[in-house]
Formats: sequence, C-alpha cells, structure tokens
Amino acid sequence: MSIPLSWYLFLAAALFCTGLYGALSRRNAIAILLGVELMLNAVNVNLIAFWRYLDLRPNDPAPMNGQAFAVIVFAVAAAEVAVGLALILSVYRRRKTVAADEVNLLKW
Amino acid sequence: MNFWNDPLHFLAEQLTAMLSRWGLPTAWITFIEFFLGAMALIVFAMALDIGLVWVERKVVARFQDRLGPNRLGPFGLFQPVADIIKMVIKEDITPATADKFLYNLAPVLAAVAVIALWAILPLASTIYGADLNVGLLYVIAAGALGTLAVLIAGWASRNKFALLGAFRMVASLISYEIPMVIVLLVPTLLAGTMSLRGIAEAQRSIWFALLSPLACLIFLISAIAELGRAPFDLHEAESEIVAGYHIEYSGMKFGWFYAAELLHAFTFGGLLAILFFGGYTGFFGLEKLPAFIWLDNPFVQAAVFLAKAMVGYWVIMWVKYSLPRVRIDHLLAFNWKFLTPLALVVLVSTAILHRALMEAPRWQYGMALWLANLVIAWITIEILRVQARRQRRHQRAASQRQQTAQEQTV
Amino acid sequence: MTAEQGLFLCAAAFTLASAVMVVSARRLIHAALWLIAVLSGVAILYALLQASFLVVVQVVIYIGAIAVLFIFAIMLTRRQTDHDAPSRWTRRAPAFLISLLTLGALSGIVLAFPEAGRLPPPMPPDLDAVNALGAALLSPTGAAAYAGVLFHESYVLPFEVASVLLLAALVGAIYLATTERRRRES
Repeated sequence: MSIPLSWYLFLAAALFCTGLYGALSRRNAIAILLGVELMLNAVNVNLIAFWRYLDLRPNDPAPMNGQAFAVIVFAVAAAEVAVGLALILSVYRRRKTVAADEVNLLKW
Repeated sequence: MNFWNDPLHFLAEQLTAMLSRWGLPTAWITFIEFFLGAMALIVFAMALDIGLVWVERKVVARFQDRLGPNRLGPFGLFQPVADIIKMVIKEDITPATADKFLYNLAPVLAAVAVIALWAILPLASTIYGADLNVGLLYVIAAGALGTLAVLIAGWASRNKFALLGAFRMVASLISYEIPMVIVLLVPTLLAGTMSLRGIAEAQRSIWFALLSPLACLIFLISAIAELGRAPFDLHEAESEIVAGYHIEYSGMKFGWFYAAELLHAFTFGGLLAILFFGGYTGFFGLEKLPAFIWLDNPFVQAAVFLAKAMVGYWVIMWVKYSLPRVRIDHLLAFNWKFLTPLALVVLVSTAILHRALMEAPRWQYGMALWLANLVIAWITIEILRVQARRQRRHQRAASQRQQTAQEQTV
Repeated sequence: MTAEQGLFLCAAAFTLASAVMVVSARRLIHAALWLIAVLSGVAILYALLQASFLVVVQVVIYIGAIAVLFIFAIMLTRRQTDHDAPSRWTRRAPAFLISLLTLGALSGIVLAFPEAGRLPPPMPPDLDAVNALGAALLSPTGAAAYAGVLFHESYVLPFEVASVLLLAALVGAIYLATTERRRRES
C-alpha cells in the first residue's frame, strides 16, 4: 500500500504517448490500430487507478464508477477492433494494399 | 484444526511457525508458502498426467476390442515411463527457418494454460489453490491462453500445413467458446456465484445436471470441441492435415503438447464434475448423519472428486473413440446454427424460471427446471425432424429432376 | 522500496518496454506478439490495483479475442516481402515530436493535480467487487442494490448502448466479411 497515484498516472501517460507515436508514424493500417489499442489500454489503466485511489471513499459502501467506465471502454475497444480489422481486410481484398497512405482515391 | 480436517491450513501454519522461528521476515514466509503450494499443485497435476497416459491407452484399447499395453509391469502400468523416456531421448529437430523463440514458447504456453486451471479446481472443501470469486471467467481466460499457444505454434513452424491447421483450430476454438460461456452462466445462475467452490457447495442438495441436463450436454459438447479432441479434431488428424499445428514438433516439445492435451481433457472432466455433478459433494445430506460424519473429511471429498473427474474423462474418451470426425464447415455450422441458439434458449428459460420460482418450494423449482429442459429438447428434436424431412424431399426432387434430364438426353 | 513498489516498477518497465517494441518492431507479427506482452503487463497492473474482475476480463477479451483478431488480420494481409519498410524519417520525426509534447503536457497536468501524491485508501473489507459492479451496471438504482443505501450512480444506459454498439459491430463485421464472396458469386 505504498504506491502514490502519480506513478500510475505517469505510466498511463507514457503508454498513451507510445501508442500515439505508433498511430502517427506507421504506414501499415493494422500497425496504426495497434497504436490505438495501446492508447485505449493506457486510458483504462488511468480509470482503474482513479477508481482505486479516489472512488473508495470512507463511509461509502460501493462506488464502482471507475470500474463501470472501464468496462464500457472494454466493450467499445472490442467493437472498434472488430469493425476496423474487417474494414482493413475488405480494403486489402479490393486494393491489395494495407498501407494507409495508398488508400487515397477520395483525396483532392 | 488438525491435519485431517484442514490439511492445507494446518501445514501452512506449521511451516509459518517453523520459518518465523528461524527469523525470516513475513513477506518471505508468505512467498515461500505460496511457492511451495504452487509447486505441490503442479507436481500433483503432472503426476496425474503420467497416470492418464496409461489410462488413455488402456481405454482406447478396450474400446477397440484389444488389450492395450500389457508388457511393461503389471497391466502395463510402466508404459508411460517408457513413453516419457522415448520422448526425452528423441532428437529435437527445429526447422531451419522457424522463429526460435516463439517455436520454443508454444508448447510451454500450451502446458501453462492447462496447469493454470488447476489453481482454482477445488479438490475438497478445504483443499484448493485459490477461491477466486470469478472462477468461471478464469477458466475462459485459461482457454484463451491455450488458443494463443496454438496460433503461435502454427505460425512459428513456418509450415503451410501447420498454419492451416492452426487457423482451423483457432477458428473452432473461439467459435465453441461462445456456447460454452453461455452455458457456464447456468450453474452461475443456479448457484448465485461464479466461484467453483461456491458452485460445488451449492450442489449439496441436488446436482445441477438434474436441474439442467441440456446445459450439461451443451457444456460437454463445447468442452470436447475446446479440447480439440474427436469428433472435432480435424485440425490435428493425421489423415486430414498431417497433425496440423504440431507437425514440426518432435521429442519432448511434442511431449508437452501431448501431455497438455491429456491433462486438459481430465481437467475438463473435473470441471464437468464440479459444475454439474456436485464436485466433491454428492452424498445428498448423508454426511450430516452421525454415523457418516467421516464422509465430510477433505480426503474422502478429494477421492470423490477425482473419481467423478475420471468418470467425466472416461465419457470424453468414449465420445472420442466412438464417433467419426466432423468436417470443418459442418463443425462451424453445428456451432453457430445449432449450439449457440440452443444455449441461449436454455439460459433464458433457466433464468426466467429461476427468477419466477425463487420463492416456491424446492421440489417445484427442480421439477419446473427439469421439465423446461425436457420441453426444449423435445421442441428441438421436432424442429430437426421437420428440417430433415424437408431436406430429404428436396434431395428426392433434385435427383428426380436429374434422372428425367438424363432420360431426355439419352 | 517496499515489495509492492518493486513489483510495480517491474511491471511498469515490462509494459513500457513491450509498448516501445510494439511501435518499433520491423515485422508486424512481432508487433502483435509484443502487444500481447503489453496486455499481460496491464493485467498485472490491474491486479496490483486490486481490480480482480478486470484482470480476468482483460485476459479474456484483450488477449483472448482482440489479440487473436490482430494476428489473424496480420496473417491474412501478408505480402510476399513479409517485411514492412519503416516509414521515412520525415514521418517519424513529427510523430516523435508530437508524442513528446503530449507526454510533457500530460506530465504537467499530473504534477499540477493536487491529489497526485495520495496513497491508496484502505479497501473496504467486505466489498464484493463483481456483485457491486453488476449492480452498478444493471440496476436502475446503481450499486445501491448491492450496498443498501438509497441511490448510487447507475450505468444502465451506457451498458445498453454498449450492447447495441456491439450488435452493430457484429452485423457490420459480418457484412464486410461476406460482401466480397457474394459479389464474386453474383
């Protein structure tokens, strides 16, 4: 019981920025999705850390706000990965490429 | 508390007292105790695994009307020793282009995924590794690790057959997780808890297999599919895909896959026993009588549980050695078009009846649930019969059309 | 340095190192496997935060389903070369700069947060987290159904919306996956 909250917040921030770097710098669309997954996990760590440290007030029997948030984020992440990968596979079948900057037919 | 009533806690207390007398800090003592406990569990599971090799070979022999190994030792009991020696001294061939780290990781991961299940199996009311209150979800999580092991094995072998077998196996594994998860909610509902020990304790009055036989059946089928055993073993059958994802593994690495598969089958037999057949309980209140108080002893309970697990394992082997293999598209169609809707119907009906009859006397509750299962099974068989009749009519019409077309051309 | 702090530092170092490997691995399949390492590290962190239900949910959903999906997608879209050319440094440098700036901004926010140095409050002794979470997500009076007080925040609406979202994702993914076969047959 000796870890200050800031440690978890710094870890979540570092994880988030690593995911951000991955999402911004990669060409492959699936690699971009990997970066997005890192960001979502960082957000979840943040939420659960806040639940543990700030939600469990004395005299309040069962505040589960942080965990409820995190569960919804889990569901959204799963849905997003499923549809995103289905889209990428669909694009790959048509254009035989997964590079994000080659899918540019609608560019001006 | 003495040794006979509460063996694990008694031993832990003795060890703590001894170690603190030697002057070790508390954190170290806790760590050593947990480590020793985990080691004991793993040793027990692996020793059981060695016995299971013998059991499997004898049982398959009897199913196929032959004797099985009977040369090494009485009744061939030392055959597993010979098997293990053979596997250890075999040449360990690694494909030249294989991804070395992943190639070596895969069998270890497969074995770890199975042994991890033993951490939550309650052998008796006081002999268990950990009493997680999300025990059933932990079972699914261990299954997920097993799925990963298959995928890594198939990919790291750099072999097209291995990859194809791994794809098919993972497809069937993640498909059959769905009816299994849905049906695992039925004992959760009936017991009010997801912890395996709680579910076993809740069956002291009546077994859940009697309250919900359909759920038991669906769990058995999806468990057999999760294990990758026949009739769902297209992805590792030698006549189909040349052993699938473990085609490039030889020697002890293949031994790990083989041992993991056998132990997995036994563990699922144990899970079937806990979830639907009472686990380590099962004397229906007999143990409360003063003459039979010894039935409540943890060692007797552990023996009861292991016996039930062996019966479950025997049923799984029985299915394996009696039924022909199912084709991959039939396998997936069977899951998505039959098992999953059936599992959903069973869950919803059980939930509704459980909620509606919570206040009713126990015998009404039990009868209503059992009758609901019977009704659902009857309706399902009727639907299947109507569908089969329609299919036969279509086939007859199609073949008649073909015959008339042939007669016209002749 | 207590044991818990040491454990946290090990888990955090493992997670961050694996995350760096995810974004910089040359072969995509290795990136996916490093992602599995990150997800396991995050599960260890949840265990340190005593959110036991979420540990299991993380393993089941992220490692068991999402990571497997990623590996499937990577294997099905492999090209002959099997090596992804790294992006040019004209793309990596701005990305690095932006992520560094974001890290700075987030650290600044954390440092300015007055409660940041707080140590964890004691866990309520008889909190059945799974039960309370279920009550919070499913009951109109929120976790009050578990705890017996009058009212807590209830998360029924986000729960139902998430179910509809998952249904939409299911339908969408199936449609996207089978469209090609239908068009080829017609």
